[in-house]
Amino acid sequence: MNRLGIGGWSILVLAALFFGVPLVMTFAFSLWEGGDSYGFSAYQVLWHSPRLFEAASLSAELAVATVAAIIVLLVPAMIFMNLYAPRLRPLFEFIANLPFVVPAIALVAGLSALITGPDWLVETPFYLVIPYFFLALPYAFRSIDVGLKSIDLQTLTEAGLSLGAGMGQIVTLVVLPSLRSAIVGLTLLTLAVAFGEFTFANVLLFHTYAVYIDELGEHEVTGAAALSVASFLATWLAMLGVMYAGRSRTAK
Amino acid sequence: MATVDITGVRKSFGGREVLAQLDLAMQDGELICLLGPSGCGKTTLLRIIAGFIAPDSGQVTVAGKDVTKLSASQRRMGMVFQSYSLFPNMSALDNVRFGPRVAGRPKAEQMKRAGELLELVGLSAHAQKFPHQLSGGQQQRVALARALAVQPQVLLLDEPLSALDAKVRVQLRDEIRRIQRETGVTTVLVTHDQEEALSISDRVAVMNGGRLLQVASPSAIYRTPADGFVARFIGSGAVFAGVAEGDAVRMGKLSLPAAAASDHHGRPVELFVRPEHVRLEAMNGHVPPGFLGADVRETTFLGSLTRVRVALHDAEGDAGLWADLPSEHAEAFKPGSRVVAKWDQNAVRVMPQA
Repeated sequence: MNRLGIGGWSILVLAALFFGVPLVMTFAFSLWEGGDSYGFSAYQVLWHSPRLFEAASLSAELAVATVAAIIVLLVPAMIFMNLYAPRLRPLFEFIANLPFVVPAIALVAGLSALITGPDWLVETPFYLVIPYFFLALPYAFRSIDVGLKSIDLQTLTEAGLSLGAGMGQIVTLVVLPSLRSAIVGLTLLTLAVAFGEFTFANVLLFHTYAVYIDELGEHEVTGAAALSVASFLATWLAMLGVMYAGRSRTAK
Repeated sequence: MATVDITGVRKSFGGREVLAQLDLAMQDGELICLLGPSGCGKTTLLRIIAGFIAPDSGQVTVAGKDVTKLSASQRRMGMVFQSYSLFPNMSALDNVRFGPRVAGRPKAEQMKRAGELLELVGLSAHAQKFPHQLSGGQQQRVALARALAVQPQVLLLDEPLSALDAKVRVQLRDEIRRIQRETGVTTVLVTHDQEEALSISDRVAVMNGGRLLQVASPSAIYRTPADGFVARFIGSGAVFAGVAEGDAVRMGKLSLPAAAASDHHGRPVELFVRPEHVRLEAMNGHVPPGFLGADVRETTFLGSLTRVRVALHDAEGDAGLWADLPSEHAEAFKPGSRVVAKWDQNAVRVMPQA
């Protein structure tokens, strides 16, 4: 009490109210069954909705594919940049921050004009991996950057080389395992991006999790509220995962 | 185990010459120290030997084979870095067996070799610990074992002790020497610590400004430094600039005795006097022949010895001279007291001025 003071506690309580009240109200609304009746029917409907699981599993598949693309493309690129071309860092930072400044609708217009094939990609939901890669880029870049800064990449690489290892062996046996918590972090953040992204999926007519929530809200408002609460819980669990991974790294 | 020959190696970074036409031959099983101040090019030379940097010109030959164009991973050189550089995701045992593992050796052989090396460095009990669970000295021992696991032709040590505290540094220094002698591997150690270089090496290569100034045994480097820089850099002592005149060096009104001055008669020279060659006596009213009058400026207690700094009378400026005296005898010399000083004129070094 003494350390925070009255002003500090007031801000804390206001912030708790600001974030907590809408959530509690949404939860209360999700329990409303009409009139004076409250219960978990909206959650039961969701639980038995095959479309929800189809949409969620599609988003999960897209998230996994996006994480794989990041690990295969971005991680080696950043290792290369750190080792051999540190002068390119400002360029990397600029590109990584672009998704923050270019509106999603502009990105989707540009993407669909630029990438029109091949059919096996553009005609399947996995076309979304391309925009998701760019949307996750700022978070993935930061995660990997922090991870690489926490290890002495240059010296570890040179140690590996002097022991007769090739770059591939050094990356797979030393660098990637040392980036474990950074990769966990970027996986969870990318998961959040893939599950929350609406504009691309909606414009390109793919039924992802975010599109399903939107559609549900149009005719089943308490169901949409229940799904939002469930999504909140899932997000919190994911954030706890990030914190746990970060704490493991700090402990080392 | 192998000889290493550096021939005509040059290297510049951004137009600045870091190594200038350098030649150095290392014998089989020798431990040689590259010693010099920061920025003298010693680490660059080590990295060229390791294969991390390509020289602009010149050759690196190991056991008679030109390895200049080979990549670091093809050179079979074990390297120990200043910052330990253990793989953080692996236990001590896995770190040590990393080299044999990537070389495709059978697992039983990897484990056997790693076990033997951990025993050699006294860390068998810590085999399953991760780097963050080991002290700095233990990490560096594991790094040494890991470097030896690839049975290197040459062992390269890049300031391996500089991140450790003083006591551990001395302990590990002796251990490195013992292990180097036991394995007989040709070893290059980079350091800026002269005590480390003198105590551990078969030969010391003193570098400055990208050049090798002197390559000799530690005692030869200490007793007969090649020039003023080596004399100043190794150990401590007073340097007087003057002109050689017979068996002395003339510096203003002072005539400083030095037997070797006769070899440079009439030429500008530097006279180098080490503290252990200087004798001090209390002044009894006059300066006896062969002595120089001086005032004690300060004393520094070093344990069994006390270093006394005196200023010579009639010297230009505040020409200082140091004398290392047994501490029990040094108590008589208080700052401000008048003394007479003398040195062994056969032990002092006279060098042409650069």
